[in-house]
Amino acid sequence: MANELSKALAELEEEKTLAIVAERMKAGADPMAILEEARNGMQTVGKRFADCKYFIPDLVYSGEILKKINEMVKPKLVGAGAAKRGGKVIIGTVAGDIHDIGKDIVVFMLDVSGFDVIDMGVDVPADKFVAKLKESGAPIVGLSGFLTLAFDAMKQTVDSIKAAGLRNKTKIMIGGGQITDDVVKYTGADAFGKDAVEGVSLARKWAGLK
Amino acid sequence: MERKWEAMTSAEKQENLFARWISPAGAKFASPQAEADYKARTTRIKDAVQMKKLPDRVPVFTLPSFFPIYHAGMTPRDAMYDYEKCMAAFKKFVLEFEPDGNLGAAVPGPGRFFDIVDYKLYSWPGHGVSPNASYQAIEGEYMKADEYDALIEDPSNYFMHTYLPRVFGALDGWPMLPVLTGILEMYGVAFNFIPFGLPPVQASFQKLFEAGAEVLKYAGAIGAYGAEIMGLGYPTIVAGYTKAPFDVLGDTLRGTRGLIVDMYRQPQKLLKAMDVVTPIMIRMGVGAAISANNPFVFIPLHKGADGFLSDEQYKKFYWPTFRQVLMGLIKEGVVPLVAAEGGYNTRLDIVKDLPKGTTLWLIDQSDIIKAKKNLGQVACLAGNVPSAMLDLGTSQEITDYCKKIIDACGKGGGFILSNGSFFDEAKAENVKAMVAAAKQYGGYK
Repeated sequence: MANELSKALAELEEEKTLAIVAERMKAGADPMAILEEARNGMQTVGKRFADCKYFIPDLVYSGEILKKINEMVKPKLVGAGAAKRGGKVIIGTVAGDIHDIGKDIVVFMLDVSGFDVIDMGVDVPADKFVAKLKESGAPIVGLSGFLTLAFDAMKQTVDSIKAAGLRNKTKIMIGGGQITDDVVKYTGADAFGKDAVEGVSLARKWAGLK
Repeated sequence: MERKWEAMTSAEKQENLFARWISPAGAKFASPQAEADYKARTTRIKDAVQMKKLPDRVPVFTLPSFFPIYHAGMTPRDAMYDYEKCMAAFKKFVLEFEPDGNLGAAVPGPGRFFDIVDYKLYSWPGHGVSPNASYQAIEGEYMKADEYDALIEDPSNYFMHTYLPRVFGALDGWPMLPVLTGILEMYGVAFNFIPFGLPPVQASFQKLFEAGAEVLKYAGAIGAYGAEIMGLGYPTIVAGYTKAPFDVLGDTLRGTRGLIVDMYRQPQKLLKAMDVVTPIMIRMGVGAAISANNPFVFIPLHKGADGFLSDEQYKKFYWPTFRQVLMGLIKEGVVPLVAAEGGYNTRLDIVKDLPKGTTLWLIDQSDIIKAKKNLGQVACLAGNVPSAMLDLGTSQEITDYCKKIIDACGKGGGFILSNGSFFDEAKAENVKAMVAAAKQYGGYK
């Protein structure tokens, strides 16, 4: 019964999904194969979200189910997880702003789209973004902010990236409650995503993926 | 003789509340002109909301968050800890921009009170966020997933013993308090009072006395400000607030993640809890309006915005109890001032199921011109100058935008020009341009 697991997960059938995982674990299945199938299920969830068939609750709930799968599989897991193909993306909510719901959704969508997402959390100062850029070599940064106060923090972050000599190697997207094209211009970012789906399209475009 | 409140229809109650707002008993106006201005502004707003006759022109609101504070050269920290300074900033703001409706000066809140009670649900300037930043909510599962039965069975008891001690550090003695409804007869009654002799409970109450004294000081400043600004001719448009039951559960009790998971794992308990919360939210709004002699009760909408729920989820979990709250308020003559924060485009066809001229909707990022064609047929819309434009745009852009929405939404009344979401940073000339646009282009002749 290939795909049974990914299908149940994509349909958000928690009990059924976890029963399948338990059964496979008991039968001695390869934990990596289970995770791979779960990843396929999550991809379907992401696709349905992009197609407006699923909404934020469906994303969050699928994440909760996946968390449980991970907990079940983890003890049997040797070595690291699967390599991400989409490249690295650094995401964080800028200094002075502690909102995380929007950022978390973008992280989720990038993750299920195959990106290696480095989530910096909230209230992230500009120099931390710069340090992480240097350390990881990530070509894409996403700055999140809910308040109008975040406009200045975003601008400062872009300026710091510039001052560190990394601006021409880095694509910067911004997003959040009150972001418009004017804010893109003001902050010196490259573009903004109206929602998580647009954020993923930007990342895919910049990473040279179709 | 005035008719008894219970005998009035809801329309009569609304008229009565408007009359008490427009002609406030005991108000002291600074001059006959100020009194005339106050009456003109409140009447203009009333006519726009009731949609029965055209106002003299499109009214204009300025609804800031911390803008008056920044504009006065203060930090939000200053405003939360020095009430006089805070009131001075809001007074300067109202007198300088001259809106028809303003929100009062309660946004910053009393910082020292939050310190005393050790409020954990928010960060505020200088306490978890920079002194120059706005307060921000810290979501969490302050109510656990397995506590629905306790909430449903006795919400007050649940708040007292479980929820409040989690969000206020100063109330950590309260889980020891007796169950008050167990105090019934002479036999055994005394034992119920044992907790009040215990040091942790006494320490909690000690802090509460201190907190109460601080809030009295703050309320004195707010009250004096409200009376003064009204005396100068400027109406405050909000008597108090209440919430949609789904947001009560999501914002402060279960948090977004907890609430979402409950929709799948225990939907019946979530629905039942919202039923229990509904009459409480109605009472809260009605009480505020009647005691303030002001029909408007503010309802900020959060977790039902575009994308947050599917249509079916909105219809199943959000709208039924939200509508009950609205109808419960409307029945008592209260006018819900509903802030449809974020985008509400996909909900407009659902929420338009309301009696005409009984609600006021603040539109944020929804397409207000489209909204006029559905919800706007039964409800007055206010909005929707974007915060980003107020901050980064030019005053010409503001004027053009205002003119466009006045032309499209002002026709036939039922429209108030306003910013769409509470704003912090903005250019003063842009706020001025918004107010000027209503006066220049909003006339009905």
